[in-house]
Amino acid sequence: MNVLVPLPIVLPLIGAGLCIALRSLAAQRVVAVAAVTGALGAAGAALAGVERHGPVAVAVGGWPAPRGIVLVGDLLALLLLVVSLATVLAVLVYAVGQRGTDEASGFFHPLYLVLTAGVAASFLTGDLFNLFVAIEVMLSASYVLITLGGRRSQVRSGMTYVVINLLASTVLVTVIGLIYAATGTVNMADAALRLDAVPDAVRTSLGVLLLVTFGIKAAIFPLFFWLPDSYPTAPTAVTAVFAGLLTKVGVYTIIRTQGLLFPHDRASTLILVLAGLTMVVGVFGAIAQDDIKRILSFHIVSQIGYMIFGLGLFTVAGLAGAIFFVAHQIPVKTALFLVGGMVETGTGTSALNRLGGLIRTAPAAAALFLLGALSLAGLPPFSGFFGKLALVQAGLAAEAWVITGVSLFVSILTLFSMTKIWAGAFWGEQRAEPAPAPRTADAAGAVATTGGAAAAPEGGPGALRPIPRLMTWATAGLVGVTLFVAVAAQPIYELSERAAGELLDRTAYLEAVLEQ
Amino acid sequence: MILVLAIVVGVLYAVGTYLLLQRTLTRIVMGLAMLGHGANILLLMSGGRAGPPPLIENGPPAGAADPLPQAMALTAIVITFGIMAFLLGLAYRSWRLTHDDEVEDDLEDRRIARLATDLRHEEDLDIARTVYGREHLEEDRT
Repeated sequence: MNVLVPLPIVLPLIGAGLCIALRSLAAQRVVAVAAVTGALGAAGAALAGVERHGPVAVAVGGWPAPRGIVLVGDLLALLLLVVSLATVLAVLVYAVGQRGTDEASGFFHPLYLVLTAGVAASFLTGDLFNLFVAIEVMLSASYVLITLGGRRSQVRSGMTYVVINLLASTVLVTVIGLIYAATGTVNMADAALRLDAVPDAVRTSLGVLLLVTFGIKAAIFPLFFWLPDSYPTAPTAVTAVFAGLLTKVGVYTIIRTQGLLFPHDRASTLILVLAGLTMVVGVFGAIAQDDIKRILSFHIVSQIGYMIFGLGLFTVAGLAGAIFFVAHQIPVKTALFLVGGMVETGTGTSALNRLGGLIRTAPAAAALFLLGALSLAGLPPFSGFFGKLALVQAGLAAEAWVITGVSLFVSILTLFSMTKIWAGAFWGEQRAEPAPAPRTADAAGAVATTGGAAAAPEGGPGALRPIPRLMTWATAGLVGVTLFVAVAAQPIYELSERAAGELLDRTAYLEAVLEQ
Repeated sequence: MILVLAIVVGVLYAVGTYLLLQRTLTRIVMGLAMLGHGANILLLMSGGRAGPPPLIENGPPAGAADPLPQAMALTAIVITFGIMAFLLGLAYRSWRLTHDDEVEDDLEDRRIARLATDLRHEEDLDIARTVYGREHLEEDRT
């Protein structure tokens, strides 16, 4: 049982080392898939154990809890970890299928595995400084992945990405230093107890500082500007896994630290206002764009608002809704990006004004997009519906009328912008091969107003380049995961509810860490 | 000593923030380095006063320095160092590609922004037409 908790971190790291040593692409692929599958298995087994026996803590260095570093597996961490690793696996298979993703550099697989290990460590760690290290491991791998290839647009957006994340990390180190100065510990469970004795004003400022730091990583309004700028330029597999995981790790750390460390002075109103603004600004940004990847990137921001909304209520129902929503978002968002990548592979572009009629030429991509988009917009009976239902019910129960109204309004706009992609890329006249003419502002405006291909000139048959079958299967597998979340909504929601209860109650977590 | 270090931390943060707001890549990188140093010194200070090394062979000496912040500061230095090297490499690559040390704008952003200003410009023109009449306006445009 205790052995299982560190495995999701250790296996990918061993795999990464092996991959660097191996050099042969085929061997690298086998090792990478095996490492991620092993990590997923270990996380699943650990989740099953924790579900029955309560949280477990492992002192990895052999030093007992308040001094040494501990890894803590509780329901919240392991539930999200299992969903994340399933997504990581699907994207890995997709990257193997897609030409030019892992062939381009012998370092794709090692980096990808280090990223996986960093994500797993961020979920599992029970130590604030170790959390910083885990986030850095994850981000350093992501810095290289986002610029792998070194094209001009990648360097430009990679620069923004690295600078903003490095700044956030510096602020995080500062906050950890301040917390250590105030409490004399960086163990989260120990700090949770000792922060009670800290003066209210100091504790509140520490809480808000942590919120700002992780807010940058989670892309909360007004700290989200880096995200739609930098994500779309990377290779699809990389963007997809970033979209699914990195911001969600930010959200997880916000939920964890606000719930565990600062349960008394909940910055509830502040968080709810930020949640509303994040939702609205994100979705309006998405509506203004006309490139599939960029629309989806803005949607990441918008959906983060829902998660923060659930947290801001600080009730068991609200947190349960937020946790369920994160678990639903990770596969859905990633799947939509993967479909975007399929479209790009087939046509050479993801700009809506150059696409059209894909429902005839790429019916598989169209079907997968439709399932993902309906799920994202929250139509019954898909997983997004249950997530939003839980959040709206929690909002109504907490009598937070305004934010609940805003969340429903944003849902409609989400559906609208999904319709825009659908009408622009999948319906309408078939386009000729990518138009050679540069995209002028006028052409883009015309497409935006007519809703896509209706105004298109008659193109040739515009045969698509073949989409490798492995890509389709990987995407289908991930869409299958989202459908599973919808079918198993009841048990997963109950699990989220228990995780939320554990988080607000704290005693199980504190006991597991401090009395191991 | 603590006060001097506190002032140093403040100055480093101020300098770092100023440099970070520049448009030149090298200055941004320098700014991040300054901020990193400031954060590391702050981390070191969070352990309290300096003291004799906390070796526990003969029992820890009285008033021993807190070893934990030192370990954390070392870890943070290593991480910052690695990422700084990567960032410099990226800045060099950017210079090779563009022969310019400035941060580039996002093209899509600029295009969308231009779309908005074009629309606004059209509206302004409409208003101007009704107020001044068409002839003046054509002159202005040319």
